[in-house]
Amino acid sequence: MDKKLLNSNKLPFCAGCGHHLISLNTQKALEKLNIDPLDVILVSDIGCHGIIDKFSNSHTVHGLHGRSVALASGISLGLKNKDKKVIVFIGDGGATIGMQHLLEAARLDIDLTVIIHNNMLYGMTGGQASGFTPKGFVTTTTPEQSKTRNYDICQLALSAKASFVARVITKPDFSDIIIEGLKNEGFSLIEALELCPSYALKMNKNMKLKDILEQIGEKEFVVKNDNYRWEYYKNSTTDLFEKVKILEKKYEHNLKRTFCIQLSGSAGEGVQTAGEVFAYGAVLSGLSVNQRGSYPVTVGVGFSTSEVIISPEKDCTYNVNSPDFMIITSIDGLNVNIEKLKSFKGIVYLDNSLETPKTDAKIIKYDFRKFGAKNSAIFSLLYLLKENKLYPVESFIEGLQITNIKEKVALDKFKEELKI
Amino acid sequence: MKDGKKIFVNGSFLIVESIARAGADTFVGYPITPSNYLYLYSSKRLPLTFHAPDEITTLQWMSGLSATGRLPITATSFPGFALMVESINMAFMMELPMVIILAQRLGPSTGTATCGASGDLLLIRGMISGGYPIPTLAISDFKDCWELPEKAVKIAVNLRTPVILLTSKETAMTNRTFDITSLKEIKKVERKFYSSDETYIPYKPEKNLVPQFLPLSSNKHQIRFTASTHDQKGVLQHSTKEALENSARLYKKIVSNLKDFTFYEYDEDGKENLIVTFDVSSVVSKEAIRELRKEGKKVSLLVAKTVVPIPDIYYEIISKYKKVYVVEENLNGELCEIIFGSKTPDNIVKINSIGKMISIDKIKEEVIKNG
Ligand SMILES: Cc1ncc(C[n+]2csc(CCOP(=O)(O)OP(=O)(O)O)c2C)c(N)n1
Ligand code: SF4
Repeated sequence: MDKKLLNSNKLPFCAGCGHHLISLNTQKALEKLNIDPLDVILVSDIGCHGIIDKFSNSHTVHGLHGRSVALASGISLGLKNKDKKVIVFIGDGGATIGMQHLLEAARLDIDLTVIIHNNMLYGMTGGQASGFTPKGFVTTTTPEQSKTRNYDICQLALSAKASFVARVITKPDFSDIIIEGLKNEGFSLIEALELCPSYALKMNKNMKLKDILEQIGEKEFVVKNDNYRWEYYKNSTTDLFEKVKILEKKYEHNLKRTFCIQLSGSAGEGVQTAGEVFAYGAVLSGLSVNQRGSYPVTVGVGFSTSEVIISPEKDCTYNVNSPDFMIITSIDGLNVNIEKLKSFKGIVYLDNSLETPKTDAKIIKYDFRKFGAKNSAIFSLLYLLKENKLYPVESFIEGLQITNIKEKVALDKFKEELKI
Repeated sequence: MKDGKKIFVNGSFLIVESIARAGADTFVGYPITPSNYLYLYSSKRLPLTFHAPDEITTLQWMSGLSATGRLPITATSFPGFALMVESINMAFMMELPMVIILAQRLGPSTGTATCGASGDLLLIRGMISGGYPIPTLAISDFKDCWELPEKAVKIAVNLRTPVILLTSKETAMTNRTFDITSLKEIKKVERKFYSSDETYIPYKPEKNLVPQFLPLSSNKHQIRFTASTHDQKGVLQHSTKEALENSARLYKKIVSNLKDFTFYEYDEDGKENLIVTFDVSSVVSKEAIRELRKEGKKVSLLVAKTVVPIPDIYYEIISKYKKVYVVEENLNGELCEIIFGSKTPDNIVKINSIGKMISIDKIKEEVIKNG
């Protein structure tokens, strides 16, 4: 290896800034491990420390404030062979705004070495307090001392099951700790404590990092845990078409035009699946179909509507102006259609339990809930089908076999009731 | 694939199968209605699936994966997309290929998750700081579910850029019968990586203004990706001439290659009336036109599939007509605003709707009233 990590001795930080020590120790660690800069991917965050990428002979990736750990995680997950070391330089500011990314990378034990340049304030933007600013610390935005306590990122990372965690006060040589982090084939977090001479030292005269640690009850330490391995490559993938049922025409319909059926009931009563069964039945009779659902976002609460358009044409229309039939099996289904019913001109199939709404439409009432709530939607469609002969009932029953509800449906009782 | 065989699937199914065949190999996602089927099918279909803890992470992981030579995709809806915006800017600046499928739902804000809409176009047009256009294709029907994903992948790879593939709840979650023999063959999009021995300069453009790509796994050349203003080497600069030229190139790169990704459908009938539309309103517009023509009315149709940037040809087509109807499922016409600006010319009629799909009758009424 002939090249060093850094391409200059003059780094872009203020005199005395702890960032120097971190860069130099990283260089030293790589040198000791005999790692070529082109086997290193240095991902830097936004902050004073991030300006380093220009001075690095490694591959460099310089993204957004706080997101470097996530960006580096993607890189680490994407690398086919693991001969590259992915190193992240991030500040305490970046670690505050992007903490989720650190915890996630720790949880998944993604192979990274993250070095947090913890100077306990936002350097680049003018010395403001961060989530790492300890109580009593003076920053530009806490001129009378910070009143709040700081995060213990090392404990957080350990709770998230990081496989290597170290806290260290920056000193001329702490490269051995970085070496240990680099050797860990998993998530390594090194919190390097330092002081920013331009802000911290001006406002906190004679402050010593050792004293801060003592005051907040934290210590320098190194912990190595077991690594966590998980497999993220799928062994095989199959064409989605191979898993989907080909619907061959088995029955004859004698539909002359497009029809639209709108079924409305309560969520959790199988409205969408009933619509699918009706659709499958239509397809098995050679019709083309468009089926659209409408419901609130919580799957089991409120109304549920399934609109099925069936057509003898090759390509079913996506839309109709108005359905030909409306089926309403519950009060939720009725309430959502009150407005629409006022001007509806087709036929309404209404459950017996429901009050007849204001409408000019023809109303047909029946006890659709006879076989229980979960059977109401599917039963009502079979009823409609038998009444109107849109396509053969046998086709519907076969459609039912395609879905996963076939065991739950009281088909024999339906048949008896409807004399099928 | 067997002959003349019908399946009954939703739009998400076709999108995922198509994009996988085109070469997308990794899905990163966070669940959100109405994009959940895209997530579901992708996790079955693509070689790699990652379950991100949020949408910022999603886009960052994708960017990292893309930098190593993978072709990542995600699917989301406005709330998630909003979280991605800064990171999409990053990927745009770094010139990382990827596809973001945006299944639109009714806003503002969290709005109605299970209600369709075409309400995010203005956001997309303005989402890159500096006014840069991010290539965006809008799916108009099931045929597009199959054909546009491949084009999106092709743009992402050929232009080294994130691409937005726009759809809506009404396509992503609607089931239709579909004859699989009618589907065009989807070819894997070929990727070429830098292979010369000469020093690799990460942002040195080729003739088409696109720099060659080299994944981070190289141990021959130094590779730099950066989201900060940078020179051709990928080194951060405040505002040097070279760096500003590089930033300006990102704009020209998209616009000057637009002819390679101009997709639209134009059905000409007379010189009086033209319906301009995109996304789910396209199918209802076609259905209205079919009925209008049966009634003897001449109406032409322009379905915009490339929606950012707007291709010149749309203006050429529009200028031929006396009356132009812009049909879109949003409050005040977003495509209309992008094409015509904030004040709509007098011969333009906007046909809009929120919370429910525009009806065939509403379009017919407007055309009969105005045309
Ligand atoms: C999303 C976002 N918010 C805010 C900023 C502004 N910003 C730039 S650097 C920085 C703080 C840097 O502090 P730190 O991470 O501690 O690094 P240091 O400068 O101390 O090395 C901030 C807040 C930004 N770039 N992006
Ligand atoms: S402002 Fe502070 S953190 Fe930034 S380079 Fe200067 S000393 Fe270092």
